[in-house]
Amino acid sequence: MNAWEVLVQQTINGLTRGAVFALIALGYTMVYGIIELINFAHGDVFMLGLFISLSWFTLLGVTKTLTGWQLLTILPLVFILTMLTTAALNVAIDRVAYRPLRRSTRLAPLITAIGVSFMLENLALLWKGPAPIAYPDVFPSVDILREWFGVDSAIFVTTKDVLVVGATIPLMIALNYFVTRTRWGKAMRATAQDRETAQAMGINVERTILLTFFVGGALAGAAGLIQGIYYNIGMWWMGYQAGLRAFTAAVLGGIGNMPGAALGGLFIGFLSAWSDQYISARWTNAIVFSILILVLVFRPQGLLGARSADKV
Amino acid sequence: MRVLRVTTAVALFLGLVGLVAVADAQQCPKGKLRLYTSWPMQGAMLPEGTGMKNGVDLAVSEVNGVVAGFCLEIVSLDDASPQTGKWDGAVEAENANKAVGDPLAIVYIGTYNSGAAKVSIPITNRAHMAQVTPANTYPGLTKKRGAAPGEPEIYRPGGFVNYFRPIPADDIQGAVAAKWAKHLGVKKVFVLNDQELYGKGIADVFEATAKKIGLPVVANEGIDWKQPDQKPVLTKVRASGADLVYMGGVIETGAQVIIRQMKEVGLVAPRTRFMGPDGLLEEELLKGATCDAALGTEMRITFAGLPFEKMRGVGAKTYETYKTKYGKEPTSYALYAAEGGRVIVDAIRRAAPQIEKAKDVTEKREAVRKAIASTKNFEGINGKWSFDENGDVDYDTMSGFKIVKADGPVGCKFQFETILE
Repeated sequence: MNAWEVLVQQTINGLTRGAVFALIALGYTMVYGIIELINFAHGDVFMLGLFISLSWFTLLGVTKTLTGWQLLTILPLVFILTMLTTAALNVAIDRVAYRPLRRSTRLAPLITAIGVSFMLENLALLWKGPAPIAYPDVFPSVDILREWFGVDSAIFVTTKDVLVVGATIPLMIALNYFVTRTRWGKAMRATAQDRETAQAMGINVERTILLTFFVGGALAGAAGLIQGIYYNIGMWWMGYQAGLRAFTAAVLGGIGNMPGAALGGLFIGFLSAWSDQYISARWTNAIVFSILILVLVFRPQGLLGARSADKV
Repeated sequence: MRVLRVTTAVALFLGLVGLVAVADAQQCPKGKLRLYTSWPMQGAMLPEGTGMKNGVDLAVSEVNGVVAGFCLEIVSLDDASPQTGKWDGAVEAENANKAVGDPLAIVYIGTYNSGAAKVSIPITNRAHMAQVTPANTYPGLTKKRGAAPGEPEIYRPGGFVNYFRPIPADDIQGAVAAKWAKHLGVKKVFVLNDQELYGKGIADVFEATAKKIGLPVVANEGIDWKQPDQKPVLTKVRASGADLVYMGGVIETGAQVIIRQMKEVGLVAPRTRFMGPDGLLEEELLKGATCDAALGTEMRITFAGLPFEKMRGVGAKTYETYKTKYGKEPTSYALYAAEGGRVIVDAIRRAAPQIEKAKDVTEKREAVRKAIASTKNFEGINGKWSFDENGDVDYDTMSGFKIVKADGPVGCKFQFETILE
């Protein structure tokens, strides 16, 4: 591998890694935008998304790699089922843990969020046990350059890489359309800007918040499923770590700002992959968080935080 | 068949002789000495706990329970808490205190878990009582290599060594693995570690040994094992042109992810192979989708000591005796418990005059502790060995395992490949 091939390969690695961060970060940023709550349980909803998607695959009798038409039927079906399950879970969490505290201090729901996070982790621990769980290799992994195009390159791009990007980008576009072009999205934006005024204008604020949790949970579920398919492994404690990275991404992009969260996720993905290559894996976390501190010192609103007018 | 019947007859006869001898020994001209054992004896640990107890029994029954006129009595304690079924620091401390408080107790045998040993060693040390483990392999209990700051001194409040292990510590695996890699024709190694005590300790020793024997090491990188995506690190490995990845870690700390993703970035044999320590010698690692990748990387693993069925001399004989006596295969550490028992019996025999002359129980224990520490050229199950100044064995006999295809739901398994010395 020459230096250019290494750079290209690491950039591809960063892209896939960052896409998953971005999907989780979107859920963080949406909830923050609307009720100014840092939802610490969000990473754990993502983790449960992986476990739940595995259960759906098992229920549908999938244990081996999907082929042909199955990819077009079973895979989208599991996507939808998983997203619905985690969306319902997220709504239930809001109903039980956050909604009763809607009018209390901002610190109260933050603490309950940490509590919910622990509860979900322990729930997963009880459910699947402490060992890492193996996720079946449901998606065929094909070395695209070599097997489809016959190019003998040192660079590896597999169908799984394409799946991650190919599933993430449509989700982000759909979300963007939903928030900026639909009536419900408009209600969300209005609620985010000024809850009281929105209510006075006849917007059902509670239903809008519920919708936000629903969409955020669905995205976390999709991210969990993608992670499972891509890495074939799941751990009960992985939500905390992923949540932390995604939260960083959301803050980096400007918390409350959706394109910012997506950008922040990708940025952290690239940064950590390059750092693994050019510095050392053991410094990667330190570097990612140093950049975060630098950004916050010189640009406290985050990379795209200035566009607060259409903040959601 | 005839041979079998003869062996059974001989075994029965020996058993009878043993019984008679035990009855005779009740006289105990020089009194009684107690050996305390402490390890989990319940739940999932019951088979291993029983196996180790059988091992100690075997050693004591070989001398019919009497050494130089002293009768030996085994007191078997359980250091697991009934609530969790796992070892518990409070229970272990209670056990050690019980042993120390018994005026007839001479040696403490245990523990199974290195964490439990951290609790009991200082207690037995203050009482000058020797502690012999059949199973602890954490290096920091006896030496600085692969240890946390302050170890092993914090376990020796008396300033002397009272803890001995007739089983090789983990760090030795790193050294043996480096030599094995060179022997296999590896040209350049990329070392990864999980930044934990066990994994990093072994990886560091591997790196040092490899450099010493002229095997180039590209890097010794600590990975963030909580990150399920190790492709960037593995891309770096690929760019470096290394033909072996050595990973210091256990199955919980990312080895599974590393092996699977090695295949995904094209790091497979003959281009690049994988090697690791016995923390990875678990079937759990192979379950799910790991078999293909493990076979692709020609995964190899070092294992401290020899598998029982490959043992020679004393080891082979002990293995047969155990099977005959207890009617089943020894558990992982059962024969090391037998070895520990024999070391103690041998030490008591050598220390007998001092034990007799001793004014109090502390002097008796001190005499035995010194005798154990001076164990030299002991005919052990893995060959001849001596205790070094840390209380560790000085041999580095290991076995090498390699992944092979297998029938059954998992699809592959680890198979003994070679003896490493």
